[in-house]
Amino acid sequence: MIDKKTLDEHNLTQSEYELIVKLIGKEPNITELGIFSLMWSEHCSYKSSKIHLKKFPVEGEHVIQGPGENAGVIRIGDGLAAVFKIESHNHPSFIEPYQGAATGVGGILRDIFTMGARPIASMDSLRFGPLSVPKNRSIMEGVVSGIAGYGNSIGVPTVAGEVYFDDSYSLNPLVNVFCLGIAREDKIFYAKAEGVGNKVLYVGSKTGRDGIHGATMASAEFDEDLERKRPNVQVGDPFKEKLLLEACLEVMDKNLIVGIQDMGAAGLTCSTAEMASNAGTGISIDLDRVPQREVGMTPYEIMLSESQERMLVVAEKEQVHSVQEIFSKWDLEAVVIGEVTGGDRLIVKAEGKTVVDIPVDPIVNLCPVYDRTTRAPEDLHASHDLEIPPPPADLNPVLLRLLASPTLADKEWVSRQYDHMVQVNTVFSPGADACLLRLKDSRGGLAVTLDGNSLYTYLDPRTGGRIAVAEACRNLACVGAKPLGVTNCLNFGNPEKPEIMWQFKEVVEGVAEACRFFGLPITGGNVSFYNETEGVPVHPTPVLGIVGAVEDIERTAGPGFRSQENPIVLLGRNLEEIGGSEYLRVHFGQKAGRPPLIDFELEKRIQDFCRESVEKGLILSAHDLAEGGLAVCAAECTLYSPEKIGFTLELEDDIRTDALLFGESQSRILLSVEDSRLDSLMELARRMQVPATVVGRTGGDRLSIHHRGVQVLDVPVEKAYTVWKNALPEILKNS
Amino acid sequence: MKFGVVVFPGSNCDYDTYYTLKNVFRQETVFLWHKDRDLQDVDCVLLPGGFSYGDYLRSGAIARFSPLMRELEAFAASGGFVLGICNGFQVLLELGLLPGAMLRNKGLKFLCQFVHIRIENERTPFTGSGRKGQTLKIPIAHFDGNYFVDPEALAELENNNQVILRYSDPAGNITEEANINGSLHNIAGISNRKGNILGMMPHPERASESFLGSDDGRIIFESMIQACLSRRSER
Repeated sequence: MIDKKTLDEHNLTQSEYELIVKLIGKEPNITELGIFSLMWSEHCSYKSSKIHLKKFPVEGEHVIQGPGENAGVIRIGDGLAAVFKIESHNHPSFIEPYQGAATGVGGILRDIFTMGARPIASMDSLRFGPLSVPKNRSIMEGVVSGIAGYGNSIGVPTVAGEVYFDDSYSLNPLVNVFCLGIAREDKIFYAKAEGVGNKVLYVGSKTGRDGIHGATMASAEFDEDLERKRPNVQVGDPFKEKLLLEACLEVMDKNLIVGIQDMGAAGLTCSTAEMASNAGTGISIDLDRVPQREVGMTPYEIMLSESQERMLVVAEKEQVHSVQEIFSKWDLEAVVIGEVTGGDRLIVKAEGKTVVDIPVDPIVNLCPVYDRTTRAPEDLHASHDLEIPPPPADLNPVLLRLLASPTLADKEWVSRQYDHMVQVNTVFSPGADACLLRLKDSRGGLAVTLDGNSLYTYLDPRTGGRIAVAEACRNLACVGAKPLGVTNCLNFGNPEKPEIMWQFKEVVEGVAEACRFFGLPITGGNVSFYNETEGVPVHPTPVLGIVGAVEDIERTAGPGFRSQENPIVLLGRNLEEIGGSEYLRVHFGQKAGRPPLIDFELEKRIQDFCRESVEKGLILSAHDLAEGGLAVCAAECTLYSPEKIGFTLELEDDIRTDALLFGESQSRILLSVEDSRLDSLMELARRMQVPATVVGRTGGDRLSIHHRGVQVLDVPVEKAYTVWKNALPEILKNS
Repeated sequence: MKFGVVVFPGSNCDYDTYYTLKNVFRQETVFLWHKDRDLQDVDCVLLPGGFSYGDYLRSGAIARFSPLMRELEAFAASGGFVLGICNGFQVLLELGLLPGAMLRNKGLKFLCQFVHIRIENERTPFTGSGRKGQTLKIPIAHFDGNYFVDPEALAELENNNQVILRYSDPAGNITEEANINGSLHNIAGISNRKGNILGMMPHPERASESFLGSDDGRIIFESMIQACLSRRSER
């Protein structure tokens, strides 16, 4: 009955269609087909990824809720819980950068407050193509404005993030948004439609035609026909969402509701089906009662719409009036549109007729799980072969070039557009590796960070996955925080291609290994496939969001040097590793070699040592070494220090000078300490078996490095500051 | 002393302001819902920052119609102390309780960063504990903070010492570089003729605890508490 063209438009294969018919015992009508199209899309069903995601460690003594709900929940003490997750909004951000990014923020915020948590901070990981291309500049402008516009308006600070640039993102920008909220441990709400006879309420904005097939769009590659996809992008209203947030938290605080789910991807379809499935009940709704802002919407359109700022709430009959009163106080609709039924079906009525009547289980749980073929790319070994070019004679221009490259340059152009201070929890630390948030009425705080080097993952997905976790934890160690839980966003190309599926499997296994080693549960996350245009996929990009805790927010450290003439100590070992480095990419134009080695045992000892040193107040500053290696790390310690204090380093390692300055060996942290604390610090390092070397001193107005007695770097601080500070504003002012 | 923080739909900094007054300065503080008509006998009313009504139409344009604003007007007319911060300042401008308007920042981007402001007039209830010429490091966070008013009104403000705070460099020099949003005469905060109402764009509640980056904002609240105390003891 349904022809191939219709199936293609709905992104369903012939065999999937036949399975649907078998499971529901009839041929679906067009609305029912639309429902399956959304719910069985990659974005909603995780059909290609499920089999691998099972490998993630999800248990932990602090875990209250792991993967499977709207967000993960971790106990943090004092009767409180941290609720957090990361989501992607990649495809919409390419079509319509401002709204794509804005609604990404809106969506993740709802995932948090639907659990009963007040959102306290957001972060974002952004990946764009090279800024020399005007389209990429305009995408970046739109995305950053969109995140700022939404986040600032709703009053949740955007406190940290990362921005990377690479060719592979040119036609497929990545916008991953993370949100953290705080809830009372005993007041977490779930997406369950429990209690036969309970009422189902629709709350929030009216439904329109925006975003229809948004989920299906996110489950397919782009082709030339992009403009036509514009109506697929949802439009956000942060003011409405702020009202929604306050109203929802109020009804939850007063215990007036039984269950709640936000209407995100696949809107009304997803929320009704999932809430019923989670509770083992059925659900019945009447579309005539759904508030609509367009005339003549069909059942198909209403069920598939992804209009923003809407929630589905289940409440006992006796509480409905109180719920409606609260929503009315906040000037929001709260309409009873149906009820929870016995049985197991999703029944939808419109104009007196039944337009949908299908069992819930097939929609939510019986989408086929695919074990797609994996195959390592043929050119992988070739890319590992690295003909290391001879090092340049003068390394000063190399450092300046790195500092001026968009990935490493100062990001104030971005961060200044975000209100990062609202809610007065943000502990001030420019350039901090992880953001520290105080918990009101407590001495302690939470630390959050996002990380994921996609060049490493491109060259060696498993190692890239392992390093992503290690590095994020290292960021937390620098501020003195202990990691508690992980959320991850996995961004890949087309999983129907064996090479992409291989990358995915390897990354998942690498991330899983690292999390198991560090004893970190994964509490949830997001998979975004089909980030590919005209056959060119993005680099495999895992973005890790980690939440940690500190016991005392006054016991922390930032990256900037604090005063003159302080000893500088380097933790870890400098190996001769240039593969996969930003230096190799920027200076030699090569993305080749193997990523640096990662030794989990050493990494853990160094992180534990750093954290303990911060807690004991032994150090003045801490900054971990990442892209750009030692020279860039030390330069950042200067550039982030309020007085821009320079440094002099004396290094003896018997390796190539350029590898020493710019190689990206793992597990290294640069500390500055007071003279009087140096002995205690080195003694502690010895006891904890951590390689620690005094490599120089802070001071002066130059960035100076000597290698085996020869000066190899000598750059005036002012010059470094100027190129680093002005790089992004210069490039972007011309757009 | 008793402080009231007004809450409009879309206010964001209401809780920050409440927390600062209640927990940092240990003052009795209440929320005042915009639909109510009761100012609950407070000594001072604060209009907090945020995006009341989503900044629909113009920032503060709709908030001024809230029922509570009628009470506020009467309170202000009788000399009650009123502090408008950021969006709160914008509401006071829309109410006509302070002259002028806010335009988009000169760089056409939202700006969130620490700035320095200089106290121009220390003889107000909001700056009484400070010194004339003193610079304060306090953050701003706004898209529309570019203060504008017609030339006559501007001259009046200057002549009557109604310009209370100006953007400056850390040393206290009034420079163009320090004027991050393009405001006329680097104006960061003004008062009405009588001096009982202050509107300021920077957020003192975000600079009242040192680990947030600065506690220079304390001066504003300490001055207000002192002013309220003096007034009460006069009665």
